Amino acid sequence: MKATIPQPRRGSGSRADARFQAVIVALASIVLVTALAYSVVLLLNGASAFGREGLGFVFGSNWDPANGHFQAFPFIAGTFFTAIGALVIAVPLALAASLFIAEYAPDWLANPVAYLIELLAAIPSVVYGLWGIFVLIPATLPFQKWLASSLGWSAPIGPGLFSAMLLLAVMIIPFIAAISRDVIKLVPNDQREAAFALGATKWEVIRYAVLPYARAGILGGVILGLGRAIGETLAVTMVIGNANRFPQNLLSPTATMSSIIASNFGEASSPEFVSSLIGIGFVLLVVALVVNFLARIVIARLTPQGTV
Amino acid sequence: MNTDRPIRLQTENVGVFYGSKDAVRNVNVSFRSNTVNALIGPSGCGKTTFLRAINRMHELTPNTRVTGKIMLDGQDVYGSDVDPVDVRRRIGMVFQKPNPFPTMSIYDNVVAGLRLAGEKSKVKLDETVERSLRGAALWDEVKDRLKAVGSSLSGGQQQRLCIARALAVEPEILLMDEPTSALDPQSTQRIEDLMESLKQQTTIIIVTHNMQQASRVSDTTSFFLIGDLVEHGATEAVFQTPKDERTEAYITGRFG
Ligand SMILES: Nc1ncnc2c1ncn2[C@@H]1O[C@H](COP(=O)(O)OP(=O)(O)OP(=O)(O)O)[C@@H](O)[C@H]1O
Ligand SMILES: [Mg+2]
Repeated sequence: MKATIPQPRRGSGSRADARFQAVIVALASIVLVTALAYSVVLLLNGASAFGREGLGFVFGSNWDPANGHFQAFPFIAGTFFTAIGALVIAVPLALAASLFIAEYAPDWLANPVAYLIELLAAIPSVVYGLWGIFVLIPATLPFQKWLASSLGWSAPIGPGLFSAMLLLAVMIIPFIAAISRDVIKLVPNDQREAAFALGATKWEVIRYAVLPYARAGILGGVILGLGRAIGETLAVTMVIGNANRFPQNLLSPTATMSSIIASNFGEASSPEFVSSLIGIGFVLLVVALVVNFLARIVIARLTPQGTV
Repeated sequence: MNTDRPIRLQTENVGVFYGSKDAVRNVNVSFRSNTVNALIGPSGCGKTTFLRAINRMHELTPNTRVTGKIMLDGQDVYGSDVDPVDVRRRIGMVFQKPNPFPTMSIYDNVVAGLRLAGEKSKVKLDETVERSLRGAALWDEVKDRLKAVGSSLSGGQQQRLCIARALAVEPEILLMDEPTSALDPQSTQRIEDLMESLKQQTTIIIVTHNMQQASRVSDTTSFFLIGDLVEHGATEAVFQTPKDERTEAYITGRFG
């Protein structure tokens, strides 16, 4: 292998360059070919799922593997519900945490808290899942029961849509808070001073100068959190109840695209079942790409530019 | 000097410390109502530092301390019962480096201070935008694109936008830190004219490196050197018969 590593001052410079370039191209092609192969597999299987069910694959709700029906709408909806619910809970809390760390807390407090939050972002999702089962669900069950009885819903069992939203929120708060804190720290001080000099209070400075300047970056953090919420599999599978149907209410067990794949892949007996699960994977990929694409557009439009 | 005018702002033994380093020492100076007052001196002598002490900007920077008193109409702006927010409403500031709000429109930039003070009347806001932008010699260039963001302007235009933003709240005292250093001669001329007319309503303290400007626009001149106020007096006197030889050396361009 030694020979393939370009050595300085051996042979002509341009030949070493050419060899180096060849190595780079080869390595890059491996990545490219892998991604391509993977997309093709998803696409072919997705196509066969769509071929059998037509648009019913994404808009129909009849998921009945025993009788060969594979319509994935409940799981697509489940993914959206859990992700949006998690964002609604997580964004205000994460933003408050990041503002506290970046703007209010003294250094001796801000630094440990910031470190703690970054640590939370590094916890493996299976640990979050366990925590969800053994702490979060028991702790919120009385509230869930109260909510169900006041609204006349059937009694909750604990695992379900709501528990998944809550757990996802807890999982993405560190992401959003860490990124928001970083971008808030990057707001130039002269922006704050401009607002202070006009007679702004601390909170007005944040509202007038800090948040508008940082909004693109904060939104980037939110979208990253959304991406994680959409793709998160293990923890969600552990607390969502894994019912293969559309949730009747906020508390009932259901499934998401990723949880249905994870919880069914072992038992997928027929080729139709397997290709339907892979087809769901394809839809998940498309959703992730669209979210990413929209995020880029929004962020580009919101980024402040051209200040001297 | 217009000695008939009442004293508006007076400093008593003002010093500023960055950590343990004193950047400005023992400044005793008074500024009369409705005058333009120039602060001059070589780079790093403490002009900006002194200026920021007046509207309590230093307390936003950790480890920075101001000592002494700054009396505005006889009341110490550092008094325990004085709200810094109130001080900064009354004492406006234009910074050395333009700092418009980049995501806000030109219009919103100008009225930011008014909105902070709770002004909601559209008529009043519209009227203020035109008056302030005209005052800052920017109206003709931007009147057709008031909705464009502040950051879409050139550096010199951004500085004039910041001047308009400071004017909009009609401050009692206006602190200007080298407001024309990024401007072309024509805009500079108009800002100087503006200062002349603003004197009717406010008291201006302006930092400048431009000796001609100081002698053209100001009623008094204060010369700083390495944190000390070396000389303060009527501009004519300071420029024509300086008492201190260091002042003379600086003004005649022999150092600094
Ligand atoms: N935030 C700060 N921390 C520590 N030292 C500072 C700080 N700001 C300024 N200084 C120092 O205080 C002294 C005075 O600086 P100041 O900015 O007031 O000078 P200036 O007269 O405005 O200069 P210029 O004409 O270049 O703007 C300088 O020695 C500078 O290095
Ligand atoms: Mg300065």
